[in-house]
Amino acid sequence: MNDLLKLDNVETYIGQYHILQGVSFEVKKGEVTVLLGRNGAGKTTTLRTIMGLNPASKGNVMFKGVPIQSLPTYTIAKKGIGYVPEDQGIFAGLTVEENMRVAIQTENEETAKRMEWILNLFPDLKKFWKKPGGLLSGGQKQMLSIARAYVNENELLLIDEPSKGLAPIVVEKVMDSILQMKDQTTIVLVEQNFMMASTIGDCFYIIDDGRTVSQGTMKQLKEDEEMKRKYLGIA
Amino acid sequence: MDLIINLTLNGLATGMLIFLLAAGLTLIFGLMDVLNFAHGGLFAWGAYSGLWIYSQTDSFIIGIIGAILMGFLLGIITEKWIIKPVYGNHVQQILITLGLMLVLSEMLKVIWGPNQITASPPDYLKGSWELGGIIIIKYRVFIILVGFLIFASVQYVLKKTKIGLVVRAGVMNKEMVQALGINIQKVFMFVFMIGAGMAALGGVLLGPYSGVIHAGMGMEFAILAFIVVVIGGMGNFKGSVLAAILVGLSGSFMAYYVPDLSLAVNMLLMAIVLIIRPQGLFGAKG
Repeated sequence: MNDLLKLDNVETYIGQYHILQGVSFEVKKGEVTVLLGRNGAGKTTTLRTIMGLNPASKGNVMFKGVPIQSLPTYTIAKKGIGYVPEDQGIFAGLTVEENMRVAIQTENEETAKRMEWILNLFPDLKKFWKKPGGLLSGGQKQMLSIARAYVNENELLLIDEPSKGLAPIVVEKVMDSILQMKDQTTIVLVEQNFMMASTIGDCFYIIDDGRTVSQGTMKQLKEDEEMKRKYLGIA
Repeated sequence: MDLIINLTLNGLATGMLIFLLAAGLTLIFGLMDVLNFAHGGLFAWGAYSGLWIYSQTDSFIIGIIGAILMGFLLGIITEKWIIKPVYGNHVQQILITLGLMLVLSEMLKVIWGPNQITASPPDYLKGSWELGGIIIIKYRVFIILVGFLIFASVQYVLKKTKIGLVVRAGVMNKEMVQALGINIQKVFMFVFMIGAGMAALGGVLLGPYSGVIHAGMGMEFAILAFIVVVIGGMGNFKGSVLAAILVGLSGSFMAYYVPDLSLAVNMLLMAIVLIIRPQGLFGAKG
């Protein structure tokens, strides 16, 4: 068994709304698993449920074989899950340096190495090291958010719509960086941009109306025009 | 000139006392989204407990330390058992903290009696200096120095330490702080404790400054502190010190030149700021 993460029939309410009504999927170590689906299908809530930000009311979320669905968010993060939210979650009044510093859980040689690696991957962050996070461009904020999630030795990264609102040239840059990170960590990616999702992803799950309705390899999805049309609105 | 300097020192000293109360209030609001109407009660408890310890030990320093420790203790109890159950619900927060304010004030009367208690500074802080014909009251200078020292210390912690960084990040985005593996509840408790300790320090310093303390002093100063928090920008620590100085100075000068308007001027200041800059002078938009 090499499932790093497993969701088993997870249900989540936000207030009175029953958002997730049975999401199940497995994430294999070393792979990029892409969650696809239309707007409002429940992809973002799925990531938030894994992080404990919208805790599951039913079902199991297992990380490395251990249930985590009833743990507080900070404990889940400490177990080795990095999170890049849809709105990037940048601390606007903190500098780029401070945004990175606040994320570091333990300062050691490994973290220093990871910091160096990620800053080489995103040289813009080095350039704007002392600049407030709120003054960065959309693409730079996305890079900072990804860098912050990567800097700790997280075994799993949850990345929510990294291409959202970015210019095509910036999307390519972000995509290249995720491709480089792919060799070093396992990733769950929520992405509406099919080009990006299909380039980066190894396998996919489609979420529709709060339920996983389909799964397979990315190669299968690329060839399945009917599924793309039905669930993703791609002609 | 003598008058202007003395009014300025008086205003600065009052401003620093308000700052000690407002700083905790603004940090607690910014980080925890809690409107703590009981904060004035912690201020009054600092005054009573600190001055009682001072009277028992004959040491003002021990009295100050005792007041701060009392603030820490009450802060922890308040956060853990009163505020925690009502996080996220402003109406319940207002009701429960207003209730706590009343309980804290009445308990002071039960323990120390309903009458005012007189207080005076220790001998080494009594009297004044004369500099070039200008009389400078020692205790006012002491309050100003303590106020600036506390401001500088908290500013250092906020800017230079990891916990300070976490607090600043938490003010901006609590959820993300947790998603980075930080236990925000512990940070809440820490901030509440520090805020309560600062309020208690303000209370014990006020006693010898005004000469008397009474159970209603918390509410009186809390109103000024709320005005300062609004003017400075809710959640903005630096804004709270500048707004407190502004309120202290305007109160001091107005009390001398137009006494009838000395209370109204703070409300007027707040109204003007709210009209021109609803987020406060130093608060972030949105």
